[in-house]
Amino acid sequence: MQFSFRAALRGTVLTGALALAALGLTALSQGARAQTLTLAVSASPTSVDPHYHTFGPNESLDDHIFTPLVKMDEKSRPVPGLAESWKMLDDNTWEFKLRPGVKFHNGADFTAEDVVYTINRVPTVANSPGSFKIYTKAVAGMEIVDPHTIRFKTNGIYPLLPIDLSQIYIIPHGLGPNPLTEDFNSLKDAIGTGPYKIVSYQNGNKAELERFDGYYGTKPHWQHVTYRMIPNDGARTSALLAGDVDFIENVPTTDVATLSKNPKVALSETTSLRFVYLWLNRSHQDAPPDVSGPNGEKLDKNPYNDLRVRQALSMAINRDAIVSRVMENLAIPTGQFLAPGSYSYVPDLPPAKYDPAQAKKLLAAAGYPHGFRATLTGPNDRYVNDGKIIQAIGQMWSRIGVQTTVNALTWPTFIGRANKLEFSSFLLAWGISSGEASNPLRSLIHTYDKSIGWGAVNRGRYHNPELDAMIAGAMKIGDDAKREKALQDATRIAMNDVAIIPLHIQKNVWGMKAGLTYVARADEATQAMGVTPVKK
Amino acid sequence: MITWLLRRLFQALLVVLAMTVIVFIGVNVIGDPVEILISPDADQAERARAIIALGLDKPLWEQYLHFLYGALHGDLGRSFVYNEPALRLIGSRMPATMELAVTAVLLSIVIGIPLGLFAGLKPNSFFGRAAMAGSILGFSLPTFWVGLMLIMVFAVQLGWLPSTGRGHTAELFGIQWSFLTRDGLAHMVMPATNLALGNIALVLRLTRSGVRENLTMDYVKFARAKGLSPTRVVFVHVLKNIMIPIVTVIGLEFGSVIAFAVVTESVFAWPGMGKLIIDSINVLDRPVIVAYLMMIVFLFITINLAVDLLYTVLDPRVRLETKE
Repeated sequence: MQFSFRAALRGTVLTGALALAALGLTALSQGARAQTLTLAVSASPTSVDPHYHTFGPNESLDDHIFTPLVKMDEKSRPVPGLAESWKMLDDNTWEFKLRPGVKFHNGADFTAEDVVYTINRVPTVANSPGSFKIYTKAVAGMEIVDPHTIRFKTNGIYPLLPIDLSQIYIIPHGLGPNPLTEDFNSLKDAIGTGPYKIVSYQNGNKAELERFDGYYGTKPHWQHVTYRMIPNDGARTSALLAGDVDFIENVPTTDVATLSKNPKVALSETTSLRFVYLWLNRSHQDAPPDVSGPNGEKLDKNPYNDLRVRQALSMAINRDAIVSRVMENLAIPTGQFLAPGSYSYVPDLPPAKYDPAQAKKLLAAAGYPHGFRATLTGPNDRYVNDGKIIQAIGQMWSRIGVQTTVNALTWPTFIGRANKLEFSSFLLAWGISSGEASNPLRSLIHTYDKSIGWGAVNRGRYHNPELDAMIAGAMKIGDDAKREKALQDATRIAMNDVAIIPLHIQKNVWGMKAGLTYVARADEATQAMGVTPVKK
Repeated sequence: MITWLLRRLFQALLVVLAMTVIVFIGVNVIGDPVEILISPDADQAERARAIIALGLDKPLWEQYLHFLYGALHGDLGRSFVYNEPALRLIGSRMPATMELAVTAVLLSIVIGIPLGLFAGLKPNSFFGRAAMAGSILGFSLPTFWVGLMLIMVFAVQLGWLPSTGRGHTAELFGIQWSFLTRDGLAHMVMPATNLALGNIALVLRLTRSGVRENLTMDYVKFARAKGLSPTRVVFVHVLKNIMIPIVTVIGLEFGSVIAFAVVTESVFAWPGMGKLIIDSINVLDRPVIVAYLMMIVFLFITINLAVDLLYTVLDPRVRLETKE
């Protein structure tokens, strides 16, 4: 025992010495960084397989390695990727001209055969928790005209095909009949045409990327990219402050004010495609279980089926206050799906004006002069400040006489119950993957209809046959300008009918070392290609 | 000895079974993994396909029997999220947690026991009092706060240590380890200290009270009267007698350091099992949750077994089968 005690003492000294030795090290590693970018994302990808899981963090990583036919630019407008141009030949045919001279990371040439191979692979990926088939299902057939021309057959006019195909990353047909997700994760099959090759991948920790010199497009600035995954907000911010990473996504709203004053840090922000809104559940004819009269008595009908009540609840919300106080100005108030400047934005549809006096009058006119009791539910760990937003709205509603109980739940519990239509009023957000209004109109506002696959997340069960016809009509218009008009008309009707109560559109914020700049993207993607040193 | 072992194993099996049933029911009550994993753009048909692909369309008891059948054949299922065998996924994260936990426990032994001895032998000295006062901070400050403060001071303000991550790793026995490279060690200093702090305080206080209690006992007085050197009295007789509670606590703490390193791993973005299990719970990735908890139960049982065996070494009066 005496001996072991001394050994233990020696151990202590040794550990201390090692710790001290380690202190000096970080300074040394700073030198060789000129060509290296270390970035930190806030959510780990679930796979390197670009067709395994429809999940934003996967697509962010995939953007470095693979390229789709059509890319989305920073404002989510379709621009040429592996396809140089595309046009609708007739009602059932799209023709895509492919870019010549493109090489895969393994040296193979990119041709139309790779496109056919990729589209055929998408529905066959095993055990996918969210298949990319939803973006290829419009393709009824494919025809290779020549190695750099391909035609897609659709059943009737389908104007969104280029946008749908922007989700499909092309892989080389040389991978064989059945490339497995495991083979992508082990990097054996992780071969694309993107600006970076992936050289190592540790799930939940980091990926290492090397610049691909055969890339067809603009050569990115960084030779080497370390792609780290740091989900914890505090840890990610402190990693930036400590200089361990050069660039982070999703700067927490609470840190933006302090970081913007820090001379060592630069921020880049843009309005996103994610709007936050409230559902008022319309599936009940009777009062929903968590709604009752002003003294707790049972109501004879569902107040949310009355347009005046929906208008009153929207008017009672002070969106400017939520944006400035709760969101620290990292959002813009909205009265529709998209931000100004987007395709199918409606210029004459401002956010509902904050007017509690008028809201009370509307409630009285609807037969609720003393208001009623409501429950507002929402997640508290999913969207930026979600829990705080519903608390604020609860107070605003209470001020017009709708005594509101706020119920904040963790996401896994919340979304399951929301899907079973258990809540009468609740908060959700929607990221518009296509950058235009047909996506929320079809998924959220259209009547829930299994047979055509629309209204799949209409969790308020809003139902308006006239509007359904307008949405379906807009989807049959090939001309972009005419379709925009039709989508604007449909949006206007949905908003005037208060199908949902839109609150605000989030902003995306990236933080980086002073001296760098980033082309902020509306689609929340974090791309090393967009990070460059500031030109002096 | 053999019967004792067998009985232990049987108990362990029951615990594992009960745990799996609880997890299956629990996850089912919380929510639906498909709703969390699927793309918001997915239509109704795609949602139905995903439910079938993950085997969630079958009744719960059937899913459970399917799981038991697989488990008997050494297959704990595939992660819903990563489409990899749950065990392999956990195995890939285990080395990171293990090296952190082992370092933390070593730190608590090599710092806690000597300080505790000192504080016990010289309770009124300045250093002894300082150690005791410091230990109060050690177990009363919340881990996440200490972690953030460490990062603030040593990474952000002073810039001595890297704030997060695992740093460079090197391969040994086919596994990547951080402690083999200088950069990796630098990354380990703060998280290991953070994890060890509470345990150091615990071991220190246990050692001190053990020493204080034993010093007044007859066998110590007798040893002194016999003329044994003070060093021998303390390090052979006293230390041996106070070791049983300390070994118990260190054993238990080792288990909980592995199982519940979650906070430290999140704050320092340490890619270990703790982060994996939290992520898995957030998306209701049942196969990973079940496999992880089974492994933790197994780990605690093994540690308890080792602790019991250590007792017999430390104290010959302890017999494993005394209650037969």
